[in-house]
Amino acid sequence: MQQTYSGAPQPAAPATPGAPAAPQPQAGQGAPPMAIEADDFSFWYGSARALNDITLRIPQKRVTALIGPSGCGKSTFLRSINRMNDLIPGIRHDGDIRLHGESVYRQGLDVVQLRKRVGMVFQKSNPFPKSIYENVAYGARVNGVARGRRDLDEVVERSLKQAALWDEVSDRLDRSALGLSGGQQQRLCIARALAVQPEVLLMDEPASALDPIATQKIEELIYQLKDHYTIVIVTHNMQQAARVSDFTAFFYIGQLVEMGRTEEIFTNPREERTEAYITGRFG
Amino acid sequence: MSGPAIGPMTEPGPHAPAAALSFRDRRRRMVSRVMIGGTGVAAAVTVLPLLLILFHLLRAGLGSLNPEFFTNVPAPVGQPGGGVGNGVLGTFILVALAGAMGLPVAIGAGIYLAEAEGGRMANLIRFVTDVMNGIPSIVIGIFVWAWIVVAVGFSAFAGGVALAIMLLPMVTRTTEEMVRLVPRELKEGALALGFTRWRTTLGVVLPAARSGILTGVLVALARIAGETAPLLFTAFGNPFWSSDLGKPIAALPVQIFQYAISPYEDQHRQAWAASLLLIGLVLAVSLAARFLIRSPYRSR
Repeated sequence: MQQTYSGAPQPAAPATPGAPAAPQPQAGQGAPPMAIEADDFSFWYGSARALNDITLRIPQKRVTALIGPSGCGKSTFLRSINRMNDLIPGIRHDGDIRLHGESVYRQGLDVVQLRKRVGMVFQKSNPFPKSIYENVAYGARVNGVARGRRDLDEVVERSLKQAALWDEVSDRLDRSALGLSGGQQQRLCIARALAVQPEVLLMDEPASALDPIATQKIEELIYQLKDHYTIVIVTHNMQQAARVSDFTAFFYIGQLVEMGRTEEIFTNPREERTEAYITGRFG
Repeated sequence: MSGPAIGPMTEPGPHAPAAALSFRDRRRRMVSRVMIGGTGVAAAVTVLPLLLILFHLLRAGLGSLNPEFFTNVPAPVGQPGGGVGNGVLGTFILVALAGAMGLPVAIGAGIYLAEAEGGRMANLIRFVTDVMNGIPSIVIGIFVWAWIVVAVGFSAFAGGVALAIMLLPMVTRTTEEMVRLVPRELKEGALALGFTRWRTTLGVVLPAARSGILTGVLVALARIAGETAPLLFTAFGNPFWSSDLGKPIAALPVQIFQYAISPYEDQHRQAWAASLLLIGLVLAVSLAARFLIRSPYRSR
């Protein structure tokens, strides 16, 4: 069923001017299976339409970057995947997003279960005002990933290692997480998300508040993590998108303009607007 | 000199040499100084009453403070000596009772208001708590008298209920405000990990707001510890040791009131001493609250 979806509906026709080309990473031979599929997904804050019939496919165990100028809807789309927007009053959606074939907006879906499967890292690092150990262990414990001190110790160590933070904090796990530097805090938040063992990791401008060295560490981390996780990253930084992602989707005023392999988007975009944005003529 | 004025403030007059200040500039500067000085005086006048009260209480009450004063019950009318030990105990019992009854409800309500934000129900409750905050405390006393005392008699319990009612709106609103101060990102971080709303609130939001809520609680407790009016027809007062929740109980403010209206000079002196004691207790609690106000967001 997934197969038919990724194969059928998108004839990728840049010939029709104005209409956003239905974008899709190559669905041909050797293409990875899809983790997230959005079909005609629209989203409203009150009466303001933030997303306009978004249809796109995000492949498994790859990094997909969402780029576009401020207010283009890329963060809204990201937060629609794990339904973080549910908290905002007056929202409405149409169409559907599926996670491994299962609708995330279907009736009776347990949002808590969904968010367990879809981890998220925010623009501003938000460690809990607890110890470093507790920050990682808390979610794992609450979600039943690990029980007992031994298990938890293991999960904490593995998650911190995955987040490339273990060497820096292994001797002070009981200290407050708020004493870490901004970059360390952000990696702690990544470790915290990994500890719950999600399938997908959403990153909302994870490095925009960090200095270049901390940013580089985050980018290296993303590169290592993509073997195991599907990563969707929103970024304002074009170079970052080019460096870390396999696929890039360009959003503009609530629409998906085009999506494709990152090197194609950056070297040979199909759409005039994409080229204009990437070359810095607006946004 | 022929161009138009650069702005409304510049005076293109021939009498204003470039370097010297014009009369108008000097006047503006003066007015500013006078106004700033005025606010300084207002600030000083604000703290003046506290200093005067403390000074007067120390002068009038310190002489009557002795160990006996803390440990004894009041002496029979007309006899010198005696103390307010039962009043101190009674006030602690009443405040503890009010806290046990009022704090869980008030903190729960505060969390509800913070979570529900602009909901119609929340706005209604918020409005009602503001009205409650303005109810004169003696009215609360009469209300509790009519509903509880008439049925079961004067008692520590009734006094506790009256103080708890006073506590509710104060702690509800401070809890709401403190919970709202917790960064949204922190809450979202917990929710994004797959926490339920309840777990998010209990495990992440409340601990982050803890010191603020605690401060609000202490300030409110200090406030009700000094209340007299709601206790007059509820706890009633008691010249003997009592910790029975079903019986009338002594309270420091009530004792001050009774001593102050008595015709005996010695009891007047005791009223001053008890006032000094009461304000000392309240100040101690307020100081404790100041220490707790430190935010957990500063790293330890």
